[in-house]
Amino acid sequence: MNKVVANADEAIRDLQDGAVIMSGGFGLCGNPENLIKAIHRKGVKNLTIISNNCGTTDKGLGILLQTRQVRKMVSSYVGENKEFERQFLAGELEVELNPQGTLAERIRAGGAGLGGFFTPTGAGTQIAQGKESRVLDGREMIFEKPLKADYAIVRAWKGDKWGNLVFRKTARNFSPMMCTAARITIAEVEHLVELGELDPDQVHVPSVYVNRIFQGTSHEKPIEKRTVRKG
Amino acid sequence: MPLTREQIAARAAQELRDGYYVNLGIGMPTLVANYVPKGIDVIFQSENGMLGIGPYPTEAEIDPDLINAGKETVTEIRGTSYFSSADSFAMIRGGHIDIAILGAMEVSEQGDIANWTIPGKVLKGMGGAMDLVSGAKRVIVAMEQVARDGSKKLLKECRLPLTGKKCVNTVMSELAVIDITPQGLLLREVAPGVAADDVQKVTEPKLRISPELRTIKI
Repeated sequence: MNKVVANADEAIRDLQDGAVIMSGGFGLCGNPENLIKAIHRKGVKNLTIISNNCGTTDKGLGILLQTRQVRKMVSSYVGENKEFERQFLAGELEVELNPQGTLAERIRAGGAGLGGFFTPTGAGTQIAQGKESRVLDGREMIFEKPLKADYAIVRAWKGDKWGNLVFRKTARNFSPMMCTAARITIAEVEHLVELGELDPDQVHVPSVYVNRIFQGTSHEKPIEKRTVRKG
Repeated sequence: MPLTREQIAARAAQELRDGYYVNLGIGMPTLVANYVPKGIDVIFQSENGMLGIGPYPTEAEIDPDLINAGKETVTEIRGTSYFSSADSFAMIRGGHIDIAILGAMEVSEQGDIANWTIPGKVLKGMGGAMDLVSGAKRVIVAMEQVARDGSKKLLKECRLPLTGKKCVNTVMSELAVIDITPQGLLLREVAPGVAADDVQKVTEPKLRISPELRTIKI
């Protein structure tokens, strides 16, 4: 078994136009920067991107919008991105908004082999339109379908050569579920370590979910809102 | 005298109790963390996957891997835990969060809330707001009584697309503390120097006035 690839370009070698891609990250935190840049370089088009946000105007997934590589976004929050707003209002970009918890759970369901779930979130709102609704345990709930993808791209703090992953702080967010819900999961890690170096009790994503892994070359880790207190 | 934004936050913080797990929305609700009553432990949840949000970092402490749901850099405290987004929303949807305090564009007398979009004007997305209003044990809205264009925000029916139906418990504004009850709006507290009539003037539905109406103490 050899899941280790040399770099991001090799990791996405078979990614083609029209692919459905899940990308980990919350805002610019926990973004798979090397993989996003490789997709940008490769120039593949008509992508469907499933990710909580779409980066900012010029960072993160936002760079794929600038080059018109994205056909559809499935997200929960898309503010802070002027190009996104422009393309959406011009009808160039399809957008499917999901409540954040519904998005996370749809991905989890996709990876866990479930046919969907009933949730109270969004009942009686626009989100419920066209969805099956039931009263369960005295509450109105709506049916949400699972999400799957061709590729999941995530960034982890540490990963071993089999693909066991450990995340750091709030950089974890959607990545663990995304790893489970794609045909091919690619992890870029800040530290690629030998088997046995990770504490098995501390693994966040077990290796079965990861198909390709490499150590990222430079993680810029941009900060969206730099808030500080006096020291 | 109407309350300042800081004072509204301070009033909302009086609802916190020892051991509460609390989610604060972006904007004015974030200020609530500055007014936690002394001597109690309140744990703030951030829906991007953190329990136990600490203060903003010093320059030296800034960590790009550590942000809150408003994407601001924060710190951890002793006892912090991190988890995935699915776990975070299981926590929220599953009724494990004691209070969610958030802002709103409109609230109805049935407790409906609209705070995520203005059709044709703003496209940002609902983020975690729909999950929070449907899942938290108690939902407090901290907002101004009137919008910038002068229109009332506490209405018979919301006009904007809803974030959730029948989910708001209490509204705290610069003028008043108002509970949403099965019988409609109940005025419980007024800001110092503010009369019940003043609150009614900027509230569309008829207010019932609590027999124990009192003045907000900060």
